[in-house]
Amino acid sequence: MMLDPQLDADGNLVHLLSTEGLSREQLNRLLDTGASFLGVSDRDVKKVPLLRGKSVFNLFFENSTRTRTTFEIAAKRLSADVINLNMSTSSTAKGETLLDTVDNLCAMHADMFVVRHESSGAPHLIVDHLRRTGRNDIHVINAGDGRHGHPTQGLLDMYTIRHYKGGFEGLKVALIGDILHSRVARSDIHALKTLGAGSIRVIGPQTLIPRDIESLGVEVHRDLNTGLKDCDVAIALRLQRERMSGALLPSATEFHDRYGLTHERLKAAKPDAIVMHPGPMNRGVEIDSAVADSPRAVILPQVTFGIAMRMAVMSVLAGG
Amino acid sequence: MSDLKTLPDAEQQILALAEQLKPVFANAPETVLIGVFTGGVWIAERLSQHLPMHPPVGSVDISFYRDDFSERGLSPNVQPTTVPVDIVGKPVILVDDVLYTGRTTRAALNELFDYGRPASVKLAVLADRGERQLPIAPDFCVWPVRLPSNASLVLTRTPSDDPQGHLTWSLDDA
Repeated sequence: MMLDPQLDADGNLVHLLSTEGLSREQLNRLLDTGASFLGVSDRDVKKVPLLRGKSVFNLFFENSTRTRTTFEIAAKRLSADVINLNMSTSSTAKGETLLDTVDNLCAMHADMFVVRHESSGAPHLIVDHLRRTGRNDIHVINAGDGRHGHPTQGLLDMYTIRHYKGGFEGLKVALIGDILHSRVARSDIHALKTLGAGSIRVIGPQTLIPRDIESLGVEVHRDLNTGLKDCDVAIALRLQRERMSGALLPSATEFHDRYGLTHERLKAAKPDAIVMHPGPMNRGVEIDSAVADSPRAVILPQVTFGIAMRMAVMSVLAGG
Repeated sequence: MSDLKTLPDAEQQILALAEQLKPVFANAPETVLIGVFTGGVWIAERLSQHLPMHPPVGSVDISFYRDDFSERGLSPNVQPTTVPVDIVGKPVILVDDVLYTGRTTRAALNELFDYGRPASVKLAVLADRGERQLPIAPDFCVWPVRLPSNASLVLTRTPSDDPQGHLTWSLDDA
């Protein structure tokens, strides 16, 4: 059997590459740990000394303000030193390979890499390289790789769902919109499956739904009304126009007409259904402003929970 | 020195500890009791039932403040710390089941001060095993005891999720 690259020889979680492969026990441990970190951000002193003296390198090969900032805040609240590298303007642009960059940062005594990359599998490649070169004390967190995964977003989504719904048993969860380009959707689906959600639906136009998605154990709906029926959780995904090549969509307006979340459409869902969005939102495209600003939208709490969950991931990994 | 074949009754010890604490609360009813997870929280909750008027009881989980994180990692069952009242300028009594090396108390003090600057902090424990590795001493203690270093003195509550559950000592080989 192939070893899970996220685990060390003793089975401890030492890297976070994907929510796929994490056991229910591991997911619950991360969520429980996140709950303990939530209070830290409410205190006078918003810091605990857990990662004092450790250096966390944010390697962002792709731009992202929110994810980079929340990782930076999380690391700083754990007392780590954070070094932000904007790779699109640095040595990569001068021709250095990814692994040469990693070697150089290891020579600067990095303890943790937070990696965002436009290519699926880039964080995995770094983990393989670290293992081959015997650097077992360095941890890697995938902060979004291509279309593959965004596991900390998946975890913070699970935290949000558990917070508002109390658990996952029998829960109906709908992911709406651009599933094709969404690494968030994949991370959410794997975590929801493992945590025992009742039904997982993906809703969107045929061109934005990956062909083999049913194999992940989800229901596919082309129609928003049938897909949202009796849902407990509606997760609107961002229409990723910058990733679209070819004529996948007629127009953003037409998309909104058929798949945009409005109060009217949400009547099909349960009255107490929550609405989530990983951000950044395109108001008037995948979500109506009236929905985004309503009490059922938990989009800003998602951001707050995201910091606690990233603190939990960093400390669980660093602790082995 | 206690006869370790028959461990003392933890419930009786809590009553004795409450008696020691009563004069403190008579003089300063604003005193805040804060238990250290897990045993200290159980004891603090129980003590509060035997004490006159006092603020709500707090609880600290010292997992984020341990000095052996790099060796032992994060505890698999971290609990949220709750300090339900503003402790700035108030007297605080930290409650734990067993005082041993003093490292837990050190971590709890560090965590407490991230919530504010209390007027004073005193330490109340059921058992004091000695063998301190830090300059820390209990202010209130009912059971000074010496144990072999491989012995682990554990307080359990049965059932564990019942605040009224029965508290008992057990001795395990570590």
